Amino acid sequence: MAEFVRVDSSTSSHTMDKSITLPPDEIFRNLENAKRFAIDIGGSLTKLAYYSTVQHKVAKVRSFDHTSKEATNDNLYEISVQEEVTARLHFIKFENAYIETCLDFIKDHLVNTDTKVIKATGGGAHKFKELIERKLGLKVDKEDEMTCLIKGCNFVLRNIPHEAFVFAKHTESEYRFQTTQPDIFPYLLVNIGSGVSIVKVESEDKFERIGGSSIGGGTFWGLGALLTKTKRFDELLQLASKGQHTSVDMLVKDIYGGSYGSLGLTGDLIASSFGKSATADKEFSKEDMAKSLLHMISNDIGQLACLYAKMHNLSRVYFGGFFIRGHPVTMHTITYSINFFTKGEVQALFLRHEGYLGAIGAFLKGAEEDNPNQYSWGENYAGSSGLMSVSPDMNPMQRARSGTFDMLEMDRLERKLVNLPLLQDASSYIPDTVDLIEDAPAREYWLFCFEEALDGVVKRAVASQPDMPEAAERAEKFRQKYRHKLQTLRHQPFAYGSLTVRSLLDTREHCLNEFNFPDPYCKIKQQENDMALKYYQKAVKALDGLSWEQRQFALVRGVLAGNVFDWGAKAVSDVLESDPEFGFEQAKRQLEERPWLVDSYDQWFERLKGPPHKCALFFVDNSGVDIILGVMPFVRELLSRGTEVVLASNSSPALNDVTNGELQILTESIAAMDPVIQSSLEEDRLILVQSGSSSPCLDLSRLDKVLAMVVRERNIDLVIIEGMGRAIHTNYYAMLSCESLKMAVIKNSWLADRLGGKLFSVVFKYEVPITDHLSAALTP
Amino acid sequence: MASNGHQRDDESIDEDETPTKQPRSDREMPGCFRNEPDNEAASPAGRATSQRQTSNSTARLRSDSVKKTRPPFPWFGMDIGGTLVKLVYFEPKDITAEEEQEEVENLKSIRRYLTSNIAYGKTGIRDVHLELQDLTLCGRKGNLHFIRFPTHDLPAFLQMARSKHFSSLHTTLCATGGGAYKFEADFRTMADLQLHKLDELDCLIRGVLYIDSVVSSGPSECYYFENPTDPERCIQKPYTLENPYPLLLVNIGSGVSILAVYSETNYKRVTGTSLGGGTFLGLCCLLTGCSSFEEALEMASEGESTKVDKLVRDIYGGDYERFGLPGWAVASSFGNMVSKEKRETVSKEDLARATLVSITNNIGSITRMCALNENIERVVFVGNFLRVNTLSMKLLAYAMDYWSKGQLKALFLQHEGYFGAVGALLELLHPS
Repeated sequence: MAEFVRVDSSTSSHTMDKSITLPPDEIFRNLENAKRFAIDIGGSLTKLAYYSTVQHKVAKVRSFDHTSKEATNDNLYEISVQEEVTARLHFIKFENAYIETCLDFIKDHLVNTDTKVIKATGGGAHKFKELIERKLGLKVDKEDEMTCLIKGCNFVLRNIPHEAFVFAKHTESEYRFQTTQPDIFPYLLVNIGSGVSIVKVESEDKFERIGGSSIGGGTFWGLGALLTKTKRFDELLQLASKGQHTSVDMLVKDIYGGSYGSLGLTGDLIASSFGKSATADKEFSKEDMAKSLLHMISNDIGQLACLYAKMHNLSRVYFGGFFIRGHPVTMHTITYSINFFTKGEVQALFLRHEGYLGAIGAFLKGAEEDNPNQYSWGENYAGSSGLMSVSPDMNPMQRARSGTFDMLEMDRLERKLVNLPLLQDASSYIPDTVDLIEDAPAREYWLFCFEEALDGVVKRAVASQPDMPEAAERAEKFRQKYRHKLQTLRHQPFAYGSLTVRSLLDTREHCLNEFNFPDPYCKIKQQENDMALKYYQKAVKALDGLSWEQRQFALVRGVLAGNVFDWGAKAVSDVLESDPEFGFEQAKRQLEERPWLVDSYDQWFERLKGPPHKCALFFVDNSGVDIILGVMPFVRELLSRGTEVVLASNSSPALNDVTNGELQILTESIAAMDPVIQSSLEEDRLILVQSGSSSPCLDLSRLDKVLAMVVRERNIDLVIIEGMGRAIHTNYYAMLSCESLKMAVIKNSWLADRLGGKLFSVVFKYEVPITDHLSAALTP
Repeated sequence: MASNGHQRDDESIDEDETPTKQPRSDREMPGCFRNEPDNEAASPAGRATSQRQTSNSTARLRSDSVKKTRPPFPWFGMDIGGTLVKLVYFEPKDITAEEEQEEVENLKSIRRYLTSNIAYGKTGIRDVHLELQDLTLCGRKGNLHFIRFPTHDLPAFLQMARSKHFSSLHTTLCATGGGAYKFEADFRTMADLQLHKLDELDCLIRGVLYIDSVVSSGPSECYYFENPTDPERCIQKPYTLENPYPLLLVNIGSGVSILAVYSETNYKRVTGTSLGGGTFLGLCCLLTGCSSFEEALEMASEGESTKVDKLVRDIYGGDYERFGLPGWAVASSFGNMVSKEKRETVSKEDLARATLVSITNNIGSITRMCALNENIERVVFVGNFLRVNTLSMKLLAYAMDYWSKGQLKALFLQHEGYFGAVGALLELLHPS
């Protein structure tokens, strides 16, 4: 019933060790700017939350004033690195033994904070109240535990895609991450602390404890300690994982000799827990008793959870509390129990950040005036330690002291992220094409690929900051951090939720930002943009000289050839680096001849003969040749047909992808040369919006709210997605409710192999939703 | 075995019982006289049956269907559970002098042995207080005896059956419970007995309905606790189980089965839990070193569970008002035992009590959910876990009443654990 274990002297069996030294620089980051604290002290772990601001460098582009003669070079725009302050939430989890040391550390490093209060929750909050108040000089303000838990749960479900997972032992991928539903409510939260609380959550503020049980984690621990003389919870679980419950439990077959057929009860079912120990003259092993106890408690909780889920007609059931807390043993037994009692109708769901819920909730309670829920937040892969980083089962090597600190960092995103309104079924949309947790060969390849590309990225990062002598040192730190992430993922592919090419790319961007390399490709992008602009008019003129039919094909080939220019793809970056003259025309020659690997050009061409689209939404890819010589002429043709165009580009840099800032300048510059673009801009028929993303891939369920608004207002009836990252690694199978065009050149031979093509194979996928009868449905 | 059986058949033909003049009791279950299955003729017992019918023919003038289908004595019903074997034995008291003379010595000695003792061997016990006297069953008047012994002593029982040449009596031994399946071969090889195996839940329901219908004198079979939430005023009261359906039947043996009963033949097993009487005893043995249910209960009655369990008030200092949890409610069973100091200060009695309370409350909790899900308001608790266990019964009564805000009523039956065996006996007399 209660949610936690009260801390008493025995639970914190290790004494306060003042000599404990904290691992340097990794934890308590940005403490000097911290304001607003919250703490959740559980039976053995403390979770500290603080809100801080992070000052980091961002690359900005600014148009040169070409009317003045100041410009000393030919560059279209200048790049400046500016300091930007963003908000970040830090969560740190450590064993209670460290509390005092940590409080001292905080006190010593806390520079300026206006806050007078620390929000506290958890059973230990009471016990440590005095200590906290004395050490920090903050008033401890207690918050209801369950309220904090629910608030925290809502927060992670809303802001961390793939927060929830199903645990399937004995399978290739034990962790199966679930797509977060657009509407997270209603759900059941079964919190297994010392007792069990079963809470029905209907909305952000509406929840009810509908039941509970006194047989919970405390029962396992307390009874386990009595039976096995083993004191620590973790050790009890270890014992249990080695035991055989059949020597202690009375099974159906012990009573029946076999199964109880008429009821469908198989012989291996437990008829009576501890039924065989009802004897005074037999010894039982600690392991066996612990295992039997674990089964008894897990089954009991699972049964109750199912009864409540059934009564309230709920199918989403999340399990949390210290009994679960990432322990594969308990996740397995609970999963087994839920499967058994619901015959597979309900799945037991677990949360990656389950341990932080209370602290997150307590923090949010204290931050209500800042209204944190009006923002979207994103997990910072660079600063978060990932799932199970401290579990002794998973990672015995990390039992070293520093490993006992676990971190989660959430960045406040500049804008609220929402679903693309054009998704056919937002609840089943999965951005990523390949799940690298399930697909072991693909995982191996991509981890290898990213590791191999690391040298180049480091080199590029250093080169992007020629004026900064310490750039090399920072780049080296970046290398270590990212390599460490890759190694972690090799052993625990599930550490950061779904493992995908996108998450590997995003993690790299996060790590680069972490070490103040906000835009390693800024110079390259600048050069390429400048160069490509010079050819724009020539390219447009050449196209205008073609017949309508020829032009349509040339435009598509132009987009595809432009897309060959991509520093993000290793095969290409090698070529680009060795042969800077690798030109647009050469790129066209590299392209696969039709029929392409995926080729619905004929359907697209037929469609073009029909009425123009009302408005197209174009998710663009790379800077330079791609955007200027490939995309812009294509856009120009659409505009000429009478189709409005919305160009969606990244909000912040990722590889050599064109950012919204760059695109603004480029478009203006093109407009100055091209009356079609010029008039379209003036008439508001061509607009530029940011996608809200800073990834080389595209998650259509997390887009800038403004973009979604534009989509609705403009009645978008064509979505164009360009590039390998956005149209192949992600969204390849995305189903939209309007026509869509996915164009990409495969610039990776392994992926080409996988898809049955070769290097520079073309994917040209034009799709019309099945419900649309305008033209013949083309479905995959 | 076949030849052995044959020899004994010959022995017993003449001694087979003869019909009596006893009228049908108005307390007998209606509609229970059916023909025996055809396949009886093929089984060893079939010889006896046809023989019995032959002997019946001597009294054909007064015969009725009762006599025709009445099986030979002795009449047993057996329920072999995970922990206990429950045996009901019908002792005819209307034996005529003629019958007495014809009765084989074996049968007499079994009757004498069972009825003149209240303990058998080291572990067999007859629950004298449950004996039903002057019962009319299948036209015969007699007493119904209730006997139990631990399942692990079944070999001794079989040994006795063998030494008393039980198999020579040609009785059909109707048995239910898992042991009927598990030990079927042992019955055959060790005692030359053929079991007629019956489903335990069918038997359970049949037994409950039968016993409730025949008990009219003495303490009411069905009872409840008035004022369950007030220990001062909590008293046992008789309850009439008229129109019993729908009914939630909770059988607490080694494990627990929960049945929703809509009529004698229409029922379903809603769920079950492995946390039952076996768990209580098993854990008590491990925690306290006790060796019997009685001992465990005795300790439990002297202990204090609040030293072992963590209560809501231990955490919140009082009620957890946000969720309407009273301070006295158990937040975590054995929750205080995570502390070494507290482990050292609790007594075995406290541990036994805490075990009893947590198992009982858990059963109550699951039952309550099932009652709600099935929309049933009356709950009957049976099974040997409740034997001499007023503590648990009152806890269940309390839990049902308190957490349902008076909506649910917990009912109990005097013959707690014997219904399966009674059902098996009924199957012998009135095959369904």
